[in-house]
Amino acid sequence: MSNGINSDMRAKAIELGLSSAEYDRILSQLGREPNLTELGMFAALWSEHCAYKHSRALFSRFPTDGPHILQGPGENAGIIDIGDGMAVVMKVESHNHPSAVEPYQGAATGIGGILRDIFTMGARPVACLNSLRFGSLADDRTRYLFSGVVSGIAGYGNCVGVPTVGGEIQFDESYTGNPLVNVMCVGLARQEDIITASASGVGNAVMVAGAKTGRDGILGASFASGELNEKSEEKRPAIQVGDPFTEKLLIEATLEVIKEKLLVGIQDMGAAGLTSSACEMAARAETGIEMDLLKVPRREEGITPYEMMLSESQERMLLVPKPGYEEAVAAIYRRWGLDCNIVGSVTADGMLRLYERSQMVAEVPAWSLSTKGAPKYVTESAKPAYLEELNSFDLSTVALPTDYDDCLLKLLASPGIASKEWVYRQYDHMIQNNTVLVPGRADAAVLRVKDTAKGIAFSMDGNGRLCYLDPYTGAAAAVAEAARNVACTGAKPVAVTDGLNYGNPEKSDVYWQFARGVDGIADACRELETPVVGGNVSFYNETNGQPIYPTPIIGMLGIINDISKTCDYAFKEAGHSVILLGETREELGASEYLKVCAGLVAGKVPELDLKTEKRLIRLILELIDRKLIASAHDLSEGGLAVAAAECCIAGGIGAVLQLIQSDSAIGAISDPNAIRPDALLFGESQSRILISAPPEAVPAILETAGRYNISAAAIGTVGGSNLQIAASRVYVDVPVREMEQRWKNSIASCMTAQ
Amino acid sequence: MRFGIVVFPGSNCDDDCRYALEDVLHQETVYIWHNEHELQKIDAIVLPGGFSYGDYLRPGAIARFSPIMEAVRRFAESGGPVIGICNGFQILTESGLLPGALRRNERISFICNDTFLKVRNNNTIFTNTCTPDQVLKIPIAHMDGNYYIDPAGLERLRSYGGIVLSYCGPSGEESLSEYNPNGSVAGIAGIVNEAGNVFGLMPHPERACESILGSEDGNFIFGSIIKALESGSGRWTA
Amino acid sequence: MFKGVVRVLPKEGILDPQGKAIEGALAKLGYDCVSNVRSGRYFEVNIKADSKPEAQKALEEIARRVLSNPVIETFSCTLTEVQN
Repeated sequence: MSNGINSDMRAKAIELGLSSAEYDRILSQLGREPNLTELGMFAALWSEHCAYKHSRALFSRFPTDGPHILQGPGENAGIIDIGDGMAVVMKVESHNHPSAVEPYQGAATGIGGILRDIFTMGARPVACLNSLRFGSLADDRTRYLFSGVVSGIAGYGNCVGVPTVGGEIQFDESYTGNPLVNVMCVGLARQEDIITASASGVGNAVMVAGAKTGRDGILGASFASGELNEKSEEKRPAIQVGDPFTEKLLIEATLEVIKEKLLVGIQDMGAAGLTSSACEMAARAETGIEMDLLKVPRREEGITPYEMMLSESQERMLLVPKPGYEEAVAAIYRRWGLDCNIVGSVTADGMLRLYERSQMVAEVPAWSLSTKGAPKYVTESAKPAYLEELNSFDLSTVALPTDYDDCLLKLLASPGIASKEWVYRQYDHMIQNNTVLVPGRADAAVLRVKDTAKGIAFSMDGNGRLCYLDPYTGAAAAVAEAARNVACTGAKPVAVTDGLNYGNPEKSDVYWQFARGVDGIADACRELETPVVGGNVSFYNETNGQPIYPTPIIGMLGIINDISKTCDYAFKEAGHSVILLGETREELGASEYLKVCAGLVAGKVPELDLKTEKRLIRLILELIDRKLIASAHDLSEGGLAVAAAECCIAGGIGAVLQLIQSDSAIGAISDPNAIRPDALLFGESQSRILISAPPEAVPAILETAGRYNISAAAIGTVGGSNLQIAASRVYVDVPVREMEQRWKNSIASCMTAQ
Repeated sequence: MRFGIVVFPGSNCDDDCRYALEDVLHQETVYIWHNEHELQKIDAIVLPGGFSYGDYLRPGAIARFSPIMEAVRRFAESGGPVIGICNGFQILTESGLLPGALRRNERISFICNDTFLKVRNNNTIFTNTCTPDQVLKIPIAHMDGNYYIDPAGLERLRSYGGIVLSYCGPSGEESLSEYNPNGSVAGIAGIVNEAGNVFGLMPHPERACESILGSEDGNFIFGSIIKALESGSGRWTA
Repeated sequence: MFKGVVRVLPKEGILDPQGKAIEGALAKLGYDCVSNVRSGRYFEVNIKADSKPEAQKALEEIARRVLSNPVIETFSCTLTEVQN
């Protein structure tokens, strides 16, 4: 029996998503064959989603420490000191695979899960953001997925009373079969109220609180760890259904027991449910846990141990109360209408031991199931062959546009750039009375921190197309853009949480993209001094063998010392000067313009100099702190023309810009022949910010920019009812009304038309 | 003055109401749990916004059977001021303390946005610090704010000045096709009962009490209640 | 043991935005044969009672008092006896 050649168990292991070699590893760690329940536990915890098998070898490359960092990766979320005895707790999670099959519940339960990661640490969730990717909106199924995901996020987030304050959405055929739903949650806590997820104290009780357990989402973690194909629809039963009302009760009860200091440790149940939380809590404390599964409240009859351990029923927590306080804890949960029952206790021997009454049904070392025991893989990486050709594409063969106005309007209407109002009107972005800069006004969401003078700002950014053409620079650029975005609102960037979305890591070209991406993020975070406090990896985002663009998403936290000094991007007053900070080069590669107006995805991605970016960020922070400027907007998709258009639309006022300057240079703009006009207007050179200011402030602004060694040029004036952009001649002259119309109605008209 | 803020399972604007009343307007507040049978000594009741019972069944339909609602009814019947905001308004109509009903928004979508409200009746406990036809900027955030009442009911409302707030443009423009966000009959945003002491509105005044959040017009609503209570014209004995 | 079914619909004549939206969507999908779509709710409840009239009374009370809002909705009930 124990000769390891029980082909039934091995076959079952493979059916559950384990490899034959992984089954051997289990045999060697257990010293015997696993039973079905134990095998199920390994299959779930050693899935890619839970064990980060193909990614964690590279995590040591990230900088995770810094003067503000109280807790880096390793707990449920990262913790950042924001002063005044307060801390921000934040994390990004992905729910890509479930959302592809059932978009509403996939997105809703994604929100539920990320909320729990935050309040399980004793922090009240104060904001959510999300970064979404879909295929083309011309496609029926894409509209179905888009609409479902937004409704799901709204339905869950609004009901629990946490404002959804920002994020980003991009559309590209690359994501047609694999939408990306990356959700970020931010919590606030007094530092002394924060608790960790450790099951320490031998003999302490272990309790389950929250919703009853059903058969939801069994092996959901494994589902998230495989590619999608025609059979995925059949896997629908693996989709969990969220109950935001129960979650709201759970938030209140849990924060209360944590505040009353009744607990030793607590962890939410997410992917791989009870197995994962029990195992992680025990592994962290180097203790063991034994549980009588029949004591776990259930919604249905006849749930087997296998099902109980793998159920992903939502809205449940696993907790270890201080000895003697079990009834006090239960009383608080009951007051909120929730179950809370003792199901087991903490032991000393590091084993996870499960019973049904007195009959033992599974026995596994906790470390074995955890990332300490799970295998770690490094695929041999290889730069994909097509990249050389794509990068060396001769962009001089691309014809100049005949109608620049038309290009600009097309870009403004392109769903990735167009107004997302159709989306954020569905999100309650005001509840909790902290939102100072609401969606659609500024480059980042800004919240005040009550009882302090401070504010906190958040942005989520990523560019899959850039990463496809250069996974290193594209990933670094995501960090730079996120830092720039929070800086434009007056917040100093301080920490990052990431959502890394890639294809099948067992393929050498995908792994190469991933490894380069990790390096790009690591280098950027190091230079910009924004350590990574945690995050998520989602692999296998492929359909029928075709991977998505590599899409690392960066969630950035910025701190504002004086909330009265925030900055948005609307032009304010006729007569104000418009100044461009940063250098513009002829860099059409990878741009939205190239895709939308020339149908091309090619070229070298724009250069990124992280030292320049760092100086630019310091510059804009000083300008805002000294109240020298009226508006600030970072340049990204669509380049200068789109950024200027957005500033005009937000301010309801035009501007007249002349990019050829007689004395000062905007990169090579002083020579009109040195840079193509379409690159001038729509190219996406990095490290640039468009600001406006009263004319009397201009000398001080230019002087300050000089001190930071950042190019700066006054390029025009706010005023009139058109946006006019000229270089060697007038290229763009469009009424703001018309731009607004195209920009504002684009997504709504896609969604209601067909 | 002492405001009692009732908390139902799923209420989530209770803390915002407390913050506005206590931290901004320096009033006393106390939370009242839905399961209590008695009110404490309070001068006014707030039924806050949120998703009591998840809005399951219908918004407010389950909350209205909470034990505390009996005490709220007695308080209202004896003339005590009651303000129901958003979900609170829904609970008041479900319990019959206000006429009509709140239905799904016409465009079947949750809407979070600033709205402009015209004060149609500034002779109430809740609007006595407003001028006639004053325009207030106060945000909404709801899925089911579409106020419905049958034609006879609407007549009756109008006859006693029951329509307190209606949606309008930024300068008081009356075009409902442009400014009615949810399809409410006659663009109704807030109504008062015939006795004048029970007020329900869909917009959130507690979100408009500080300029940093975009508007201070919510202070007119709460300020009116405080003024009425302090001058004795809103007082009752419990 | 009895099984009660309650159907709740918007009152005739009241605008039903959900029904209207569904009707529009069906038309766009090519089902021009469809009209007058109304959207409501459907409830199933088990009722323990000594007699069918007793169960019926309880069901109607539940339907009128809780499951429907008489200002804007109408309801209908059916009741069947089931083996426990």
